[in-house]
Amino acid sequence: MHRKKYPFIVGFLVLPVGLYLLLVIWPYIQTISYSFTDWSGASQNFGFVGFDNYKDLADDDVFLKALRHNALLLVLVPTLTILLSLFFAFMVNVGGRGGAGGVSGVKGSGFYRIVFFFPQVLSVAILAILFKAVYRGDDSGLINGSLQAVGLGDKNNPTEWLNDPDLVLWCIVFVMIWAGAGFYMVLFSAAMQSIPKDIYEAALLDGAGRVQTFFRVTLPLLWETIQTAWVFLAILSMDAFLLISTLTSQDFGGGPDHSSEVISTYLMRNFQTYSKSGYACAMGVVMLLLTLIVSIVTLRLSRRERIEY
Amino acid sequence: MGSTSGTPGTSGVGRRDLIKRSAALGIISVPTMSFLSACASGGGDDDDKAKTVKKTKDNPFGVAKDNDLDVFIFKGGYGDEYAKAWEASFEKKYGGDVAHSGEQDVTGKLQPRFNKGNPPDVVDDSGSKKMKLDTLFKEGHLTDLTQLLDAPSIDDPSKKIRDIMLPGTIEQGTFGGKFHALFYVYAAWGLWYSNKLFKKHGWDVPKTWDQLLDIMKDAKSKGIGGLAHQGKYPYYMNIVIMDLIAKTGGMDAVKAIDNLDPKAFVGNDAAERSIEAVYEIVEKGLLMPGTNSLEHTEAQTKWNEYKAVFIPSGSWLENEQAKQTPEDFEMTFLPLPLLPDSKMKLHAVRVGADEPFIVPSKAKNVPGGLEFLRRMLSKEGATDFAKKASSLSVLGPEYVDKSVELRPGIKTALAAVDDCPVPERFNFRYSEWYGELDVEIQNATGELMAKRLTPKKWLERCQKAVDKERAKGTDKNKRK
Repeated sequence: MHRKKYPFIVGFLVLPVGLYLLLVIWPYIQTISYSFTDWSGASQNFGFVGFDNYKDLADDDVFLKALRHNALLLVLVPTLTILLSLFFAFMVNVGGRGGAGGVSGVKGSGFYRIVFFFPQVLSVAILAILFKAVYRGDDSGLINGSLQAVGLGDKNNPTEWLNDPDLVLWCIVFVMIWAGAGFYMVLFSAAMQSIPKDIYEAALLDGAGRVQTFFRVTLPLLWETIQTAWVFLAILSMDAFLLISTLTSQDFGGGPDHSSEVISTYLMRNFQTYSKSGYACAMGVVMLLLTLIVSIVTLRLSRRERIEY
Repeated sequence: MGSTSGTPGTSGVGRRDLIKRSAALGIISVPTMSFLSACASGGGDDDDKAKTVKKTKDNPFGVAKDNDLDVFIFKGGYGDEYAKAWEASFEKKYGGDVAHSGEQDVTGKLQPRFNKGNPPDVVDDSGSKKMKLDTLFKEGHLTDLTQLLDAPSIDDPSKKIRDIMLPGTIEQGTFGGKFHALFYVYAAWGLWYSNKLFKKHGWDVPKTWDQLLDIMKDAKSKGIGGLAHQGKYPYYMNIVIMDLIAKTGGMDAVKAIDNLDPKAFVGNDAAERSIEAVYEIVEKGLLMPGTNSLEHTEAQTKWNEYKAVFIPSGSWLENEQAKQTPEDFEMTFLPLPLLPDSKMKLHAVRVGADEPFIVPSKAKNVPGGLEFLRRMLSKEGATDFAKKASSLSVLGPEYVDKSVELRPGIKTALAAVDDCPVPERFNFRYSEWYGELDVEIQNATGELMAKRLTPKKWLERCQKAVDKERAKGTDKNKRK
């Protein structure tokens, strides 16, 4: 019996590992090798160009701009989403005051929980349609129309939200946070609920206020969940393709005039519109490396001693 | 709680921890994976080609019965109903299964198939996500369609296909000196207006740029936008800009841009005057408010609601807006009005064969694809197209059955084309030949219309893009 254990285990592993190699690892290897060619994407004819694609990337103003935009998203989206959803989760679970029951959420927290989670059930395509209507640049847009209705907007010169280089990226950041905060609120709520109530009660008895409870009790006990959330959101910020490509101008988005360009949108334009697929693959590889680095650095830097309860 | 976790203070990794970390690491691959695997390709092609029979005058490509045919149609302004009619007729004649796909994202759907050597038999390669024809040509993916040109016409076998198509069609589809793409739709580009609105306000059809501006100014004083354009896609505004340049500077100005001349924009008097003239619309606030950020359909619908006087577009506009256009709108086509001392006459208009159909060389059923194109170029095919897409094919109006009543707007466009003698019809090729140049000019135009770029800077940017394209090296096939 003992001797047959290994063939038995291997038998189970062959199929999933095989599939993983074929569907995940093989495309990676192919892409990395294509990034050293001048492949057009339309056939299997290509020439080897060494590191030329990478050298070109370093001199490509649009790519560098896209990189900066990704960096901005990387800082803003995780920070703001986590802060906001932590605040929501705290209010919904332990933010309530008084009452005989001890620790509880604010009034109507069950309702808020559902409402805040709601954006999460919408697909990105629906989000895009929704926010197209919100940000629409003439008086038919939700924001512009509302502003004009209360006499704040200029009918002859409405704000073209997604066509303004200074606003477009902020509009995108807003949608990303709006769409993400609810999910992370629920994630943090679940983690908060697993914190024993007696810890809070003890803190309350000692006279701790909301702010102190939050920083001294909740935050340290949630650290690991926050860390995970951070990594997820960082990855989301490295991508952002669907939202930007559907909401902004230009083929595959990124407009006006590259003001909302991110690596993924520029990658797709090179891959499909310009038939520079080898070059696009080089961008894909850069994106992979950056995502890996960001994730590893986040997990390393935020490592702390575990608190057991 | 915590009974299965690692012991605090040691480096042991608990079960919960392990799952969390592996989930986090696993998900790293998610965003990059979709982009990386987009680049990955399949290999191998199979060789089960369609059967053929002996070629005859009636069946010049030797199509055998009961072969399957795979047709891929770009579903844009013309829809894809017309293709379904063609397919039904083909199926009736030759049997087999005719598969239809109507899509907007042409490259997304077809690039992997071309790459794998498994393309459809007929492709309508159009829209903003079309595959670049010159790339397909260079990769050897296009069947030489010269045999189609020399095949007998279905309606009159004594004539060859090459003799029944409107002038310019063959040149447009020629790559590497040979005919490789059948641009099927006969299209005209220019400005459009509602004649009802014109009558209501007593405006006359503008002949000069100043008259055009006067109408826009009058409209503004009445609370109507002068010009709407499809701001999210500066392609449309470039129709106005480029046509004005062409009409002001003549064919030389068109050639200068298409041939990447060092003085295509900067140092080109026609380009300089034209862009100043266009910028006046922006400067004087004659644009429909908010138009710079609208989708093409949003802007066009506003125009249908009389919120703007003019809008630039091609002859598919009427079909695209069929549902939004009021009954009594009287959609009318207008060739661009002239600046003083223009080289071209008022009647000059941008005309061209549009909407390229190709037969991939690696298709399973190449003879079937060729025969499909031949049948498109018949009275029956052209009539189906006129009926379902309300537009003309490159066979011209006499190939449309008399029972088909074209819509009023397209009739005005056709009348404008008829007014212009063949040698004075013009068209640009740069946007097809140089993808990056086209995108850069579009970006510059978007900035100009949003008042973030001066005409001078616009010229400099476009010239820089032209110079950059020229520096990439010459391609003899891309010269006029």
